[in-house]
Amino acid sequence: MLVLPNNGLRDTIVKAAAVVTCLGSIYLLFEYFGQGQVFFSIESALIDPIIVAAEVAIGLFIIGISVKHKKYLITVLAVVQLLIMGYTEIVFHPGHMSGYDLFIDEFSLIMALIIGIIGSLICVYATGYMKDYQSHHKDTPDNRPLFFFLMFLFLSAMFGIVFSNNIMWLFLFWEITTLCSFLLIAYARDEVSWKNGFWALLLNTVGGVAFAGAILFVNAYSTGNDIYLNELLKASPGVALMAAALIGFAGLTKSAQLPFSSWLVGAMVAPTPVSALLHSSTMVKAGVYVIVRFAPVFEGNLVGITFAVIGALTFLVASGIAISQSNAKKVLAYSTIANLGLVVTCAGIGTEEAVWAAILLIIFHAVAKSLLFLSVGSVEHKKGSRDIEDMGGLIATMPKIALMMLIGMAGMFLAPFGMLISKWASIHAFVSAMPPFGMLLIAIIAYGSGMTVFFWTKWMGRLIEVKSERKPLKEEASGAEMSAIYTLGGLTILACLIFPLISATMIEPYVNTVYNTASHLLSLNNMLIMLMMMVLVLLLPLSLSHFAKGRTLKGQYMGARATGDDLKFLGSMGIMKETEFSNYYFEDIFGEDKLNKIGNLMTIVLLVVLFILITLFLPLEVVM
Amino acid sequence: MSFTQFIFDNPWIGVLLFIILSPFVGGIIFGLDRIVTARMQGRVGPPVLQPVYDILKLLEKEKMVVHESQNFWIFGYLVFIIITGALFFAGSDILLVIFALTLAHVFLILGAFSSGSPYAHIGAERELIQLMAVEPMIIIAAVGFYEVTKSFNTSDILAFSDPLILTLPGIFIGFVYILTVKLRKSPFDISTSHHAHQELVKGLNTEFAGSTLAMVELAHLYETVFLLGFLFLFFGMAAPIVGIIVIAIIYLIEIFVDNATARVKWGFMFKSCWIITAVAGVLNLMALYII
Repeated sequence: MLVLPNNGLRDTIVKAAAVVTCLGSIYLLFEYFGQGQVFFSIESALIDPIIVAAEVAIGLFIIGISVKHKKYLITVLAVVQLLIMGYTEIVFHPGHMSGYDLFIDEFSLIMALIIGIIGSLICVYATGYMKDYQSHHKDTPDNRPLFFFLMFLFLSAMFGIVFSNNIMWLFLFWEITTLCSFLLIAYARDEVSWKNGFWALLLNTVGGVAFAGAILFVNAYSTGNDIYLNELLKASPGVALMAAALIGFAGLTKSAQLPFSSWLVGAMVAPTPVSALLHSSTMVKAGVYVIVRFAPVFEGNLVGITFAVIGALTFLVASGIAISQSNAKKVLAYSTIANLGLVVTCAGIGTEEAVWAAILLIIFHAVAKSLLFLSVGSVEHKKGSRDIEDMGGLIATMPKIALMMLIGMAGMFLAPFGMLISKWASIHAFVSAMPPFGMLLIAIIAYGSGMTVFFWTKWMGRLIEVKSERKPLKEEASGAEMSAIYTLGGLTILACLIFPLISATMIEPYVNTVYNTASHLLSLNNMLIMLMMMVLVLLLPLSLSHFAKGRTLKGQYMGARATGDDLKFLGSMGIMKETEFSNYYFEDIFGEDKLNKIGNLMTIVLLVVLFILITLFLPLEVVM
Repeated sequence: MSFTQFIFDNPWIGVLLFIILSPFVGGIIFGLDRIVTARMQGRVGPPVLQPVYDILKLLEKEKMVVHESQNFWIFGYLVFIIITGALFFAGSDILLVIFALTLAHVFLILGAFSSGSPYAHIGAERELIQLMAVEPMIIIAAVGFYEVTKSFNTSDILAFSDPLILTLPGIFIGFVYILTVKLRKSPFDISTSHHAHQELVKGLNTEFAGSTLAMVELAHLYETVFLLGFLFLFFGMAAPIVGIIVIAIIYLIEIFVDNATARVKWGFMFKSCWIITAVAGVLNLMALYII
């Protein structure tokens, strides 16, 4: 990708690569479907030195670029991280048990499908979008070869994360995603991009240090094969819990939970495909992936409760802030943060039902959110604005994309669509979890879901609010963009229709293996009701043809004013004025700065208390 | 008892009864509401079935719309309100019932938005605020039911051995508070109102006329029956007669408040709903563990 010129050939190759990636992940589904956990490895004497060398190279690159841009805090963190890893390598010589470095199970498969299908659709979209982007941003250096290289590297690293059993390997891929996201966020190479890119890098290196700490800890305090994920999960409670806390902390930074959420909001400066990638199939999903992996360790203990409360607070605060934002990408960003908060809460609870809900959330969120990002990106190019207020009556001017956006939004919060099924599942999971913390979480979720309904519905309302008839645009977006958007729209609906199948064949087997049970988590009755509702929602638009007949069309009621075209009315000074609508944003109640401050403070206090308690109590138990 | 047992065993009967009878039951409730209101104001008031006649009259009128699509949203509203009640009376998972209710209201709000009218726009925004204001309390009520009965199914909640109001008094109070919002009664009728003297421009309903408005009104009848049914869960089959009496008294109080108070600003409505939810609802939930 790096060497290909900017032309049709590169676009074709990107598309071909996307198809290969996509088919590859589907092939994996067929190959490993229903086999449970399968281990395999790459046997080569060179592999360990390569991993170490790659880690050192990434560390040096981060140190180099942070020194060059005078971000010395990042330098310090990167140095610390390198030292920890170096110390671990030299002192403990992490053992290497052949045949266990990689593994695949139902959860990995689900993640691989998300990464493979959604990730490659985003790359296809990017071929069309980036051409437009460069013509809109003339002053931005055209770095598209690097851009596509990074996109695919990012996806590869994500595959690495979900298939790694060896946590040293996992860590390497983890660092690659950090680096890729940094370079992609700073794509425009201007001041704001660098600033936000470095901010993302800083927070993620904090997580990286915690991850390195976890590796050091595991190597130092345990014997045997605990550097393998599957063994670590079964390790003595002390070791597993400490490692889970540290890696979970890294997961919090990567999945943009409070108090680290600001990097993901800042990352909105990047081109839209990057945002879509960060939000749906990569980066943040890596964060929640590790947290959900460790969920069984969190069940019913202090670490789990803290994580659950942090996730719930994040859900609440981010949903609130989303109300006060009119920038479409920011609303999407905060809603991602909120939904990931819900995933983290489920993982923190760590019961069987909660993990089931968490995985469902990950799936539905990935599909619907990527759809929304891509749609907003295309609208932005046509309208020259990403403000929700400028999307009034979009259903009349860009009907296809507006319809896709409506599907995506419905997917995010409405029954019987995906996210709501997951929310329903998580409430079911919380009621039986850890009283009275479960009740606290429920209360938070109850308020948060009220906010969710508010900010999505007012956006939907904006899209369909047509003042007078207007001709639709001829071409809403390039063919590549539209094909990706349509596919994702179809997937959003498909996921809702076949989720009982996904649940029965993939999520339940995974959960049952982890918890050694064989329960069905979704009753047939409720499933049928949801499917019936879904079918009904899909059939309802047919009624449009009936309602189109035999109606008298009248203009809107304008308080008996003299009116003209397009809702113009005669003002009291005798001048024709145009009617303007705008939504409510409640800056005074849900202001971004205020809520962020409160949320950050509370979560920082929680984390500090947690780690003080852990350092006071846990190592003793482990040593003795 | 054998009759109730029969209904429990055959949830479809409950659903059918709800679908067929609700317009009349709801119509009679609203008719009585109007008569009582009239008497409070020193008038005689209309016949009991006037609300039903009104709907029939609306169906006769010319079908006038701003955009054809608005009918689609309102039809969705009616369909999903009926589904909400049907699921409820079939004894299903109460969380699903609540989510279907939210979906129905989103349809209504989108219908108002789609008309592109300035009055309907403000009504829609306000209805949305109302939705956000009441949502937490309803979810907390459902969870409260679960914590006592250990089931989310309405049928199990209804059949529970003790009246739930004894263990969930706070949640009951909170729910009655938000009921005023849900019934569109003053002082919380900020998005639209039933009263002629407040009907200068009908907020949310401004652009709905004829059969469209009939669908909105019909849906409201169904919703009222569902809401009173929800209230009945606090008493259940353990104290059915007390339940019916208390619900009648509460409805009378609602009518009284409706006539005695002036409309408040949305900010007060929103904040008070959330505070009452926290104080009465959440504390009640927490208290279940302490006792």
